[in-house]
Amino acid sequence: MRAAYPFSAIVGQNEMKLSLLMAAVDPGIGGVMVFGDRGTGKSTAVRALAALLPPLIAVEHCRYHCDPHGEGCPDHPEPAGLPTETVATPVVDLPLGATEDRVVGALDLEHALTRGEKRFEPGLLARAHRGFLYIDEVNLLEDHLVDLLLDVAASGENVVEREGLSVRHPARFVLIGSGNPEEGELRPQLLDRFGLSVEVRTPTVLADRIEVVKRRDAFDRDPQGFVAKWAQADAEVGQRITTARARLGAMTTPDAVLEAGSLLCMSIGADGLRGELTIMRAARAYAALNGAETVSREDVRAVAPMALRHRLRRNPLDEAGSTVRIERAASELFDA
Amino acid sequence: MSEAPTPLTGSDAMLGAALFAIDPVGLGGVVVRAGPGGARDAWTAALKRYLGPAAKLGRVPLGIGDDRLLGGLDLSASLAAGRAVIERGVLAINDGGVVILPMAERLEDSTAARIAAVLDAGEVLVERDGLTARLPARLGVVLLDEGIEPEERPPTSLLARCAFRIDLGATRAVELEADAPSAEQVAAGLAGLSGLGPAPDEIVEALCAAAAAFGIASIRAPLMAVRAARAHAALHGRTTVTQEDAVAAGRLVLAPLARTLPAEDNPPPDSPDSVSEEPPPPDSPDSESPEFEPGDAELLLAAVQAALPPGLLEGIVRDNARSARAPRRSGSGEAAKASQRGRPVGSRIGAVRSGDRLNLPETLRAAAPWQALRRAGAGSALIRVRPEDFRVRRFVQKRESTTIFVVDASGSAAFQRLAEAKGAVELLLAKAYVSRARVALIAFRGSTAETLLAPTRSLTRARRSLADLPGGGGTPLALAFDAAVDLALAEKAKDRTPLVVMLTDGRANIARDGSPGRAAAEADALAAATRLGASGVGSAFLDTSPRPAPGGDRFARAMGGVYAPLPYADAARVSGVVDDLRAGRRS
Repeated sequence: MRAAYPFSAIVGQNEMKLSLLMAAVDPGIGGVMVFGDRGTGKSTAVRALAALLPPLIAVEHCRYHCDPHGEGCPDHPEPAGLPTETVATPVVDLPLGATEDRVVGALDLEHALTRGEKRFEPGLLARAHRGFLYIDEVNLLEDHLVDLLLDVAASGENVVEREGLSVRHPARFVLIGSGNPEEGELRPQLLDRFGLSVEVRTPTVLADRIEVVKRRDAFDRDPQGFVAKWAQADAEVGQRITTARARLGAMTTPDAVLEAGSLLCMSIGADGLRGELTIMRAARAYAALNGAETVSREDVRAVAPMALRHRLRRNPLDEAGSTVRIERAASELFDA
Repeated sequence: MSEAPTPLTGSDAMLGAALFAIDPVGLGGVVVRAGPGGARDAWTAALKRYLGPAAKLGRVPLGIGDDRLLGGLDLSASLAAGRAVIERGVLAINDGGVVILPMAERLEDSTAARIAAVLDAGEVLVERDGLTARLPARLGVVLLDEGIEPEERPPTSLLARCAFRIDLGATRAVELEADAPSAEQVAAGLAGLSGLGPAPDEIVEALCAAAAAFGIASIRAPLMAVRAARAHAALHGRTTVTQEDAVAAGRLVLAPLARTLPAEDNPPPDSPDSVSEEPPPPDSPDSESPEFEPGDAELLLAAVQAALPPGLLEGIVRDNARSARAPRRSGSGEAAKASQRGRPVGSRIGAVRSGDRLNLPETLRAAAPWQALRRAGAGSALIRVRPEDFRVRRFVQKRESTTIFVVDASGSAAFQRLAEAKGAVELLLAKAYVSRARVALIAFRGSTAETLLAPTRSLTRARRSLADLPGGGGTPLALAFDAAVDLALAEKAKDRTPLVVMLTDGRANIARDGSPGRAAAEADALAAATRLGASGVGSAFLDTSPRPAPGGDRFARAMGGVYAPLPYADAARVSGVVDDLRAGRRS
């Protein structure tokens, strides 16, 4: 396998990088949707994330790498007390052209052919359990697969009823999608299921563009050497995730900050409660990443565009982008 | 990104082939726009020569299935071996080589996206038919673009990954042979590439600056230019990348993508030949300075500019207007098998009738658990499949609709009307995610009716093309009807349901042949409207004149469509009429 481009070597794109780190700190934020132009490093960033994530403790040789202190899986209904192993946090790529049987899991063909036995072969959803599932070009994925993924991502459980198999297994993962709005819009119902939404653009500052080209060229010529050069920086980012995760439990959120979040959601007319829940979790993760012990109004403000821009009622005649509307509302609320 | 205004021709086309053969993976691909035969055959023959006899050169036929493109279960091998055996797809088979995509202008977006993902990752991720594999697939692509109309071009996802744009439409085969690099030179270049150091910083900086100066937004372009410069240095047997290589890369990679001319000291590009003769001698490159005022950058700009033909800017404006390429899902050839396409919804149990597609992996999977049992009976077949095991692919197809707005942008229709039409189009589009509807826009004014927005679901793209819809001029109503019929029939051929909505005051004053005159224009328009009626396409005529005159519904009657006088139409009402029409409440 080719080495992945290091996360810390990505030039700029701070909002995208931040959103991925926040999702890594608190998977409960509920996924990230990355919109952007071609060639802006969307896929690169997600694939680079794998190298940063702290490893997992899982039941030994479990096909679902299930949590020894968790709910168990079909293979290990009672995981407590079983021998464990350390595995890398999965970042699973869902390639375009994947068939449904590989996504949800299906009858193990080989097993059936050689032994004439029915056995469940877990799919990508099982592999992504406790990690990340990445779909590039979400808008090109077939609708029924997208619906299925969102359903599983929301319920944390994959229920397979096919070919005479009846299996349910845990599948808790952070869904990361990327897409190019030029290739068709996403349904609002679908967008709303993602916790955060970020927009990436091609860098316009010449110095940044030069740096992107130089680093990419250096990476292509010597991937191993380039990765080694950035290993230290990547390790520091990984440490930041670990520290922030540990801090998350003790984080306090003052009532005034909760209120600010709710007011902001109301003032821009974001539909439903999902926006409020997301903005609070996101603000907490953001504060934790920055080493704070309490969540502040500034944290709420910092994450508001990411958490809310895809939840606004779209007014097609309003040329002002969602981000501008949110920032306007935030400045009215916070600067008053 | 829209079509290259100035693709490579002649000897540059051959130089492109040579550089691509040296570094197919780094340079991603080449787009060759030309009809089959002649120059294109000569070019591909040369590429083959450059790649050498040992290189892999595959072909991805149009309409290829995922199983052949990406790979899947090899049934016969699996049955023989008694375990799942993977069959590699075209991309993995040609790892380390090049694949050619004929008729790339008809390539489906979904196929293009799969290929683009493989180009980026350098490997094929197979998650199909119960198999999981990672197969290396580092390769370059050649897109053979046979498009004639400007809108006919390969999917942008692949175009963006190709370093070179070549147009051999007006080139004869013999012209290509003139001072083309030799195969030996290319082979030596290939050998020398790995020994070549990184491109010097000042060259990278100059290429980035040049890309920015020419309005090239993509960051892939300067990156590919840097690689092209390296390949060019290797081709010339150099051990470092020089100024000359950068100039060549600017000409070959950046010039075809140029969108604007550099802002500062804008020499009119009316005499490109005199500029391109001899680039001025390079100033000493100033590697200390982060600014690139001197030497490199200027030289590059001059070189790129020299490669641009006169009239570029007009070309760009035209090109921008047409840049809305329709997202394509499937070619018209697929209409014949309409019963077997659409969204696959698993498979059903049952006998295979003609036209059905047997889902082999599913069938085998159904048969597999029983093999041990069935084998106990008589016979010696390796695998026993019984009729009850058959699984047939099921598809559900939602008929999509396309609403074609035909908007009067002439002088007689006030600008306000135009704004309303724009608003209505955007409103409809905003609802399009739910109803799976597409929207297209034809504007008519002066002596033309032009498709401003090919059928699309993208709000982003629609907004862009609406934003600069010009107004003023005569009212060529007949041409507008003609354009609407053509587009509607094209949509029908794609198995979508077209719906034509005319927004005009109906005051035709330009006849079909472009001559002014109210009477002839009126007669032509009525005839054209009748043709629209005869095509059986659903339609509506929204009369936008301030005071609808009696008899204003004559066009609507000829069209067999709905007539609605909307003197004070706002966007919401227009969109309401269309909704009703679509739901069949008014027709």
